[in-house]
Amino acid sequence: MEAKKNPLSMQIDPALFEAATDDEKRQADVMSESTTFFKDGMRKLMKNPLAVGSIIVLLLIIITITVAPLIVPYSYSEIIKVNGRRDRSNKNLAAFEYSEMEQKYIEEGGEVFPHILGTDSLGRDYFIRVVYGARISLTVGLFASILVLIIGVIYGSIAGYTGGRTDLIMMRIVDIIYSLPDMLIIILLATVLQPILENTNNPIVNALGTNMICIFIVFGLLYWVGMARLVRGQILTIKNNEYILAAKSIGAKPAHIIRKHIIPNCISVIIITTALQIPSAIFTESFLSFIGMGVNDPMPSLGSLANSAREGLQTYPMQLVYPAVLIVLIVLAFNLLGDGLRDAFDPKLRSK
Amino acid sequence: MTRYIVKRVLLAIVSVFIICAITFFAMNAIPGGPFNSEKALSEATKQVLEQRYNLDKPVPVQFVLYLKNLLHGDFGVSLKTGRDIKDTLFSCFKVSGRLGLTAAVLAVIAGIILGSMAALFRNGPIDRIIVFFTTLFTAMPSFVFATFLMLVFCIKLRWLPVWDASSKSLILPVIALAAYPTAYVTRLTKTSMLDSLGQDYIRTARAKGVPMVKVIFKHALRNALIPVITYVGPMLAYILTGSLVVENIFTIGGLGQQFVKSINNRDYPMIMATTIFLAVVMVICNLLSDIAYKVVDPRITLD
Repeated sequence: MEAKKNPLSMQIDPALFEAATDDEKRQADVMSESTTFFKDGMRKLMKNPLAVGSIIVLLLIIITITVAPLIVPYSYSEIIKVNGRRDRSNKNLAAFEYSEMEQKYIEEGGEVFPHILGTDSLGRDYFIRVVYGARISLTVGLFASILVLIIGVIYGSIAGYTGGRTDLIMMRIVDIIYSLPDMLIIILLATVLQPILENTNNPIVNALGTNMICIFIVFGLLYWVGMARLVRGQILTIKNNEYILAAKSIGAKPAHIIRKHIIPNCISVIIITTALQIPSAIFTESFLSFIGMGVNDPMPSLGSLANSAREGLQTYPMQLVYPAVLIVLIVLAFNLLGDGLRDAFDPKLRSK
Repeated sequence: MTRYIVKRVLLAIVSVFIICAITFFAMNAIPGGPFNSEKALSEATKQVLEQRYNLDKPVPVQFVLYLKNLLHGDFGVSLKTGRDIKDTLFSCFKVSGRLGLTAAVLAVIAGIILGSMAALFRNGPIDRIIVFFTTLFTAMPSFVFATFLMLVFCIKLRWLPVWDASSKSLILPVIALAAYPTAYVTRLTKTSMLDSLGQDYIRTARAKGVPMVKVIFKHALRNALIPVITYVGPMLAYILTGSLVVENIFTIGGLGQQFVKSINNRDYPMIMATTIFLAVVMVICNLLSDIAYKVVDPRITLD
């Protein structure tokens, strides 16, 4: 005989239940796989249409400037000849236009590679010059940023990690460099370094050109301060965390702590700043080239191309438009990509 | 407060001193002296000249003498023209100063208006347009924009003459110089305006029945303008360096053009004087904007 059930009892009658099917069991599983910080950030980045657009634009530009010199038979400093003869009619051609001599040569059955963006005032293929200009500008931007990254991170982490008086002195130096008008100092150093470097017969100097070396030197001297400040600030906040204390207590060396605990924690900020440093370096380089202190002739850079196009502005405005549009595109793409990276990887902005 | 100002002033003085030192020693490091021209001077003449310009003394002594002269407002003599640099510098600065100040005022006013509009009509068509243009202008070097302006308005449309000494021709250079700072101020104003519109005191003001216009101008905008003040210093520095190219493009006889000309001429005393002069102007601007920031908002600690 079954005991009378108390109406207020919490006892549940098992007969009222039925077993879950396999399908229903699967629904209760945790849906998403666990992701790493990098994967999560990349997923966010790929959702940002502006960032994806700038990645595509940058990739297209990079592919063009690596592939184009292999296809186009002209070099950036070569004055185009037709069938080995000097062509006097090929100056300042419009895009896809042939000079009279080339026209005649084609009619005779010869083949002339088209001038995609025309030619410049000396009869050089403008497309390949713009391509090389973009190459130079991007390379300068990239290497200058890497230089800034290395110096800034080392300086900033030493200052932040050591703290105390060392930090104070190191940061005063940073303050002073920060308050110097950078562009003026760059121009000044470039003027000074040029005659000094010209006299040395160093093969590296000759290969790169004195102005390029100047640009790198001034970047190395001046532009790292922003990065150093940032890294120091990051380290000061990270340094006080418990896991650093734990690492110290088991006898980890400062270099190990910086490498294994601190740098990984501020890496996202460092990457974002570097990405935003590239357009500013390109800006500076094109500015210097524009006032005639950038790369040495006949090596083109986007700034120097824009500068030399100024002379024929009234008659051949397109020669200005091509490099100018390319500078704007590159800088814009890097800016937007940097912003996208910040939104995707900066943990502080996460919650928003 | 006083301590902060004293500290900032000291830092500014140190910066100016370092700029003078860098300029002086850098110029001294260039091989060749001012009297090593093609026409060889006799040994005696050279000695007299070197004595006249203190070049026979050791470099540190020369530096001290140069600083002493600078403090007296003596910038030396241009190698190219032989004229007193001080006069050239000040007459050029008048032109550049007018250009730069106009651009700065334009940038701040236009930036604040556009920024507040973008914040108030957030995600609307006005905001979209403003965001598009600010993004574009922050990616455009001033020389590109200046030459584009010249191409469109002077050459294609022929609204303005390519070169004109009258004041009307300042329109394009001012626009070219102001474009980037305007975009930056717009961004700054927009972010801080959005920030302050979300604050509790705005809700309180709205709740007690203050009209929206009054809330915007009296509560939101006032607080939103604080970050703009900090940007004024860097903005003036940007405008000054930007004028280096803009003045050259529009052939305006200001400091920028003088600077580039002296670089091309390798007129070292002129380069030194212009660098130091521009640098001092920039350091002073930064100093003033930092102090103003602190005065306006005492909550802020910049250390």
